[in-house]
Amino acid sequence: MVNKILMAHGAGGKLSAELLREVILPAFGNPILNELHDGAKIGRLAMTTDSYVVRPIFFRGGDIGKLSICGTVNDLAVTGAVPKYISVGAILEEGFDFDALKRIVNSMSAAAREAGVQIVTGDTKVVGRGQADGIFINTAGVGELIDGVDISAKKICAGMKILVSGTLGDHAVAILARRHGLELPENIKSDCAPLNGLIHDMLAVEPRIAMLRDATRGGLAAVLNEIAQAANVGILIDEAKIPVREEVRGACDILGFDVLELANEGKIVAVVPAESADKILAVMRGNVYGVDAAEIGEVVTNSAGKVGLRTPLGSVRIVDMPAGELVPRIC
Amino acid sequence: MTDALIKKIARLAEGKGELRFMEVCGTHTVAIFRSGIRQILPANVELVSGPGCPVCVTGDEYIDKAIAYAQRGFIVATFGDMLKVPGSRSSLAQAQAEGADVRIVYSPLDSIRLAQENPRRRVIFLAVGFETTAPTAAATVLAAKAQGVTNLFMLSAQKLVPPALRFLLNDATTKVDGFLLPGHVAVVIGADAFSFLATEFKVPSAIGGFESEEILLALTSLLEQLDGGEVEVANDYRAVVKAEGNVAAQRILSQVYEVADVEWRGMGIIPASGLKMREEFAAFDIERVEPAQIEHVGKKTACRCGEVLRGVVKPAECPLFGKACTPLHAVGACMVSVEGVCAAWYKYGGNNFKW
Repeated sequence: MVNKILMAHGAGGKLSAELLREVILPAFGNPILNELHDGAKIGRLAMTTDSYVVRPIFFRGGDIGKLSICGTVNDLAVTGAVPKYISVGAILEEGFDFDALKRIVNSMSAAAREAGVQIVTGDTKVVGRGQADGIFINTAGVGELIDGVDISAKKICAGMKILVSGTLGDHAVAILARRHGLELPENIKSDCAPLNGLIHDMLAVEPRIAMLRDATRGGLAAVLNEIAQAANVGILIDEAKIPVREEVRGACDILGFDVLELANEGKIVAVVPAESADKILAVMRGNVYGVDAAEIGEVVTNSAGKVGLRTPLGSVRIVDMPAGELVPRIC
Repeated sequence: MTDALIKKIARLAEGKGELRFMEVCGTHTVAIFRSGIRQILPANVELVSGPGCPVCVTGDEYIDKAIAYAQRGFIVATFGDMLKVPGSRSSLAQAQAEGADVRIVYSPLDSIRLAQENPRRRVIFLAVGFETTAPTAAATVLAAKAQGVTNLFMLSAQKLVPPALRFLLNDATTKVDGFLLPGHVAVVIGADAFSFLATEFKVPSAIGGFESEEILLALTSLLEQLDGGEVEVANDYRAVVKAEGNVAAQRILSQVYEVADVEWRGMGIIPASGLKMREEFAAFDIERVEPAQIEHVGKKTACRCGEVLRGVVKPAECPLFGKACTPLHAVGACMVSVEGVCAAWYKYGGNNFKW
């Protein structure tokens, strides 16, 4: 066992899970926290928090400010809540550019307006040069749970369909491209977006949606594994049905990444009753953030706790929980 | 097309007894698992993974040296998959957590920029890889020299694929009925560089691409050669692999490097199986500029990486596999890299995976 924090402890994979299990939960564990969903449910309220350390700070399709609002809004929305209020804590490094800060703040304001949330409290700290990297932002959010909606692994059963709201890997590849000077076409940009409107539309046509997750760190692979384990079911997805942009697939081949494990910032995964899958998909495709939504698989009775992927050859291979750091400081 | 190939493979394999084909390259290992090819092959056709993952065949001592330089204040620039490889007592990831300056790069050329941005520091690029990445490392050295960059160095462990295959064929413990040859390597060195497999050893081989259909096509070629066809180096990646390879890349390679005897994990020192920088580039070779002082630690472990890399045992036959050795807490290098034999077998459930 290593006795220092490694980058992989923050990568949303197995080491993150180990940190949670061995350090966080023994200290803080309680029935609300132990649910380990993106947001906590407290009575009729939902609450969540997240810190943002993305590098570069500005990237195609967004910046750390937009990300910090959208991420928290989405964590509340996938809990089955209407996001309402947000807090913002910023840690700035001495010497950080004032104009950059204004750009970030404006972008937060625009994102909050679009999501219909108010920023109601906040804090700013400045640390010496070299003691932080430009800017780190923490946001927390509170939302009201929607009546009649119960997003819970306990509601998942065999036969339910797995939906994703659009193409995978765009955010991670946009960040990587910016970081490493890879030339990508204009349409490859971060998918960073507030998804509460989309989720609201989905729940309006089908309040019995069993599970909603935003596929951030660890990507689709991590989210599906967590769902399969929490609900103790098998999940079988079909490779040919998973929406991925050609350019993103190409970039993954070059960089050696598995697109299923890459972070998204504007994509949700939903587990829905089979009979309403088409109805929900139609609503998703009618929303600007769900145009490429697709049904990619279903919940099955065999292989409980595991995720399988049917390849174009017709055989099924396992989709494992990502082991560790793929792309550090992706959000 | 794919269905036709699957049927053809089944027909050609029928009645042939147990067949063992080795996919030499780690990229093939991963592609085969990802596309689920093992599950659709006839029961008597077995694919074993070979020594084609650069991280896997790099010895403990190399990691120890990299860590020693990092601890001495060098910036160590490396491909990401080297980070977690265990040396004899630590890994670069651990050294990084303890304060060493380790940077992940996606191309050796990035290390020039790193050196220029840090003029007062010395930067070492971990030049690990096969014929595929060696030309870029060579180009980096040439560019650094041309640009007068004096604070960039290479810690070199470049290896060559054909001598390793020759070693395997001369090794009594390895049993292989045919080789699926690495398309990327063949792009650089050319199909002809593998012709000794047919002429000297009479072993079927096929150069394959990395899409499932391309892999199936290459496997079909292997079976055809065993089915009374002529034993040859089938080029099933013809769109990009030429008989003579990429002459320009070869020229850059030989401008910077000369062939040398190097050590492989699990196989020991193989004659003329690696690359060493020529004397005129000695100023870029950190081991000649400032040799690392490392302690020799005889690491005792039950790890069977060596035999796994030679295709003698499958990962699951190692007593540590999936127990003491997992991607999270890797004992051997094969469990670390994404393309590592054991890591791929672990991640995708190996042969035992049943849905």
